[in-house]
Amino acid sequence: MGELTYAQAAREAIAEEMRRDPDVWALGEDLGRGGVFGQYAGLADEFGPERICDTPISEASIMGASVGAAMVGTRPIVEMRFSDFALCAVDELVNQAAKARYMFGGQARVPMVIREPIGIWRSSAAQHSQSLEAWYTHIPGLVVVTPATPADNKGLLKSAIRSDDPVVYMEHKNLWSLAGEVPGDEDRTIPLGAARLARAGEDVTVVSWSRMVHVCAGAAAALEGEGISAEVIDLRTLWPWDRERVLGSVARTGRLLVVHEAVSVGGFGAEVAATVAEELGAPVRRLGAPRIPIPYAPPLEDRARVTEDMIAAAVREMA
Amino acid sequence: MTERRNLDTERFLAHYATMQRIRAFEHAALRAAREGLATGAIHASIGQEAVASGVCGNLGRSDLLLSNHRGHGHTLAKGADPGAMMRELFGREGGVCGGKGGSMHIADFGVGMLGANGVVGANILIAAGAAHGIRLRRSRIGDDRVVVCIFGDGAVNRGPFLEGLNWAAVYRLPVLFVCEDNGFAATTRTEALTAGPGPAARAESLGLAAAEVDGNDIVAVDAIARDFIAAARAGEPRFLHAKTWRLEGHTAADKGTYRPASEVEARWAEEPVARCEGLLGQAGVDPRRLEAARDAAGREMEAVFEEARAADWPPAATAFDDVLDTAPAGGGTTAGAAG
Repeated sequence: MGELTYAQAAREAIAEEMRRDPDVWALGEDLGRGGVFGQYAGLADEFGPERICDTPISEASIMGASVGAAMVGTRPIVEMRFSDFALCAVDELVNQAAKARYMFGGQARVPMVIREPIGIWRSSAAQHSQSLEAWYTHIPGLVVVTPATPADNKGLLKSAIRSDDPVVYMEHKNLWSLAGEVPGDEDRTIPLGAARLARAGEDVTVVSWSRMVHVCAGAAAALEGEGISAEVIDLRTLWPWDRERVLGSVARTGRLLVVHEAVSVGGFGAEVAATVAEELGAPVRRLGAPRIPIPYAPPLEDRARVTEDMIAAAVREMA
Repeated sequence: MTERRNLDTERFLAHYATMQRIRAFEHAALRAAREGLATGAIHASIGQEAVASGVCGNLGRSDLLLSNHRGHGHTLAKGADPGAMMRELFGREGGVCGGKGGSMHIADFGVGMLGANGVVGANILIAAGAAHGIRLRRSRIGDDRVVVCIFGDGAVNRGPFLEGLNWAAVYRLPVLFVCEDNGFAATTRTEALTAGPGPAARAESLGLAAAEVDGNDIVAVDAIARDFIAAARAGEPRFLHAKTWRLEGHTAADKGTYRPASEVEARWAEEPVARCEGLLGQAGVDPRRLEAARDAAGREMEAVFEEARAADWPPAATAFDDVLDTAPAGGGTTAGAAG
């Protein structure tokens, strides 16, 4: 064990997987200099410019070229810089990467990890702050992963790199500097599709992912003082999601709150809530952002955030 | 005109046979559309056979090909089995994609044909990436394959044309781009909506060596394709603008009301199969050999048509195959669990 940041953990996962498999490579803008968030720091020194490949600012070609490179047997790690910019590459991801295996009748495999940093960080406004994970959960043929901790960012990224599926891997920009214990074992991976119990509780199940898991845990700690015991489940993978873990928890607690940073309308929380309502008939609630673009000025931006207080208030109303 | 003396008649007899097979396949595909047997859209390449044969005839089996929505001819010329292709058009079991893709997603990875594409221009980036993957592995496993990407004239106005050509030039990738210009972007004349001096000039502006060729002249296409494929294999990406003409509708359902019958008739006089036939005749090839090639192609595609008609539908359960490997931790049995 050692303490690493969320960014360092991802970097370590990539370095280990690139040593393990010569077909793994990474491509994106400014990767040779370590990437815009330093999440590739030093990798070009070890692996050279062909495997840590600087690209033009050309997201469609970064994504589209990766589809072709994956089809011939390499395993690209596709850096999109910001999930917002990945919208320039939606055809390449949705019509090509996600469909190739199926529409060619199983002849193709497209093993690629698409890193799309998500989330609000201070004053980055409408085109550098979005959390669009729900869009990709809607697309058959894609896996969607949203790690919340440094340990998960290493273990899940390793699994994503080893997967033969196209994996949309969404790291939260406000978590890059979060430090935590990360197992050093190079063989340790965390399976895709398995949730994590972030905090055990009895009275209500709170399901979340990415940065919002930490906010939910903070709310749960505050509620404990009031005698309300909230269980917090970190979904980790949104597709395929760990229904069994969530249904098992709600079967015990009797109620569900889903919390995410993304806009509430049409968010993945709706899918979780609807599933729980259909399967268990339990009361459900969602908390997400209002349906506004992320604004720039801090007091305005704060209106787009889901806070610990809002989560605690929602739980109190349900408990 | 290209120099015709000392014509390698056996080489062009092989091209002639391929072109006849493509034409016969396309006639069968159009018939399948008319009779409701091919249930989806059919984009036939009648009149464009010399581009398919001239380019793909210069590729080895393991070389790679990316095609577009009008891809039957390219796929056949790359060596795919027409029986499995026709079953795919019919949506039947044993189709080359298991009935999941149809005409617009025809693919045969076994012969290096990595797929037609329903999105105009999308194959350009995938081709550049396939070449990039080959380049990455070249030093390690001695991969010396080349990638050919064939797209239409409409694709040159999409972003991937710029982005993919730039990519190939910057990384010096083993790829040949072929703009198969049949005069029409869907049902609009391309020249009406395309600025500047043309696709080759656009490619040259990005540093790719480029050429224009009469795409109905099999000798000319064959010669330039051979040169360009050799250069591309050596890491010098190339661009070929092959001018041809689409003699049938955009799809089987297109009646072609946007162009006069007299124009179509005039274009039929320049079609590549008869031109090749004339050339081989002048070179002294026995007409019976040409007739035999044409008849064999007709019989082959007639048989393929009947086999496809007799084939079963794919098992309905296969609709859920080949979506994702990743499974949820607790398992899953709902439709959603398919991926």
